[in-house]
Amino acid sequence: MAANYGTKRIVVGAHYGLRDWLAQRVTAALMALFTLLVLAQVIFTKGPVGYDRWAGIFSSQWMKVLTFVIIIAMLYHVWVGMRDIWMDYIKPVGVRLGLQVFTLVWLVGCTGWAIQVLWRL
Amino acid sequence: MSDTATAVAKKRPEFRNINAFTDLPGYCLPMAGIVSILHRISGAIMFVLMPFIIWMFDTSVSSEISFARFKGAFNVGMLGVPGFIWKLVVLALIWAYLHHAIAGLRHLWSDTHHSAVTKEFGKTSALVTLVLSIGITIILAAKLFGLY
Repeated sequence: MAANYGTKRIVVGAHYGLRDWLAQRVTAALMALFTLLVLAQVIFTKGPVGYDRWAGIFSSQWMKVLTFVIIIAMLYHVWVGMRDIWMDYIKPVGVRLGLQVFTLVWLVGCTGWAIQVLWRL
Repeated sequence: MSDTATAVAKKRPEFRNINAFTDLPGYCLPMAGIVSILHRISGAIMFVLMPFIIWMFDTSVSSEISFARFKGAFNVGMLGVPGFIWKLVVLALIWAYLHHAIAGLRHLWSDTHHSAVTKEFGKTSALVTLVLSIGITIILAAKLFGLY
């Protein structure tokens, strides 16, 4: 990539923000597919879904890895979405930065918790 | 340039002293606009309630005991809040997820199909989004509150 800083930096134009835009769509598609996968496992279970059946869905190693990927996808997706909301409605730079920092702390905290739950299962 | 512009320009209707009852009802968001703002609101709701979502994941999969605690929160209540309030919170999340997912799929469709980027398709797909998300929410609400 050519130098993108100082007087040569690109401040406008195509590809500016394209990566996040695309990432949001790709992660959305992944999460939609994952939803169908979990739903299918719940719906096609014979009998009532109690603790064993429900926890069993997430206990296999491949499902743990897949769920892990989805949690990371969600982290990125929500970050892009919330940043869009702050950029659109919050004008003062200081307040916006504060909210963005809060968003990151909130999301990384939630992600860590979700992964911890997943890996002690 | 400016001469022709002024010559062509028709006299525009002028509105003063807007009447809240006769004028304002006409100024509403189009269907696609409603779906769009609800997409943001539903996303923000899920962001704010994310710790509660992970709490539900945690308690429901961790152990038999925590699973009982999970069920108890909705049947008996938790933190001094009755169970049906927690069910309403879950219902809000169900709606938020359904709306966000369906409206998101609509976005993906518009991103990949030129035929989807018309005023007509925008309106009908927005209507389909609202009907599906609200419809499934009502069906699941009946299940959640034990109507069937």
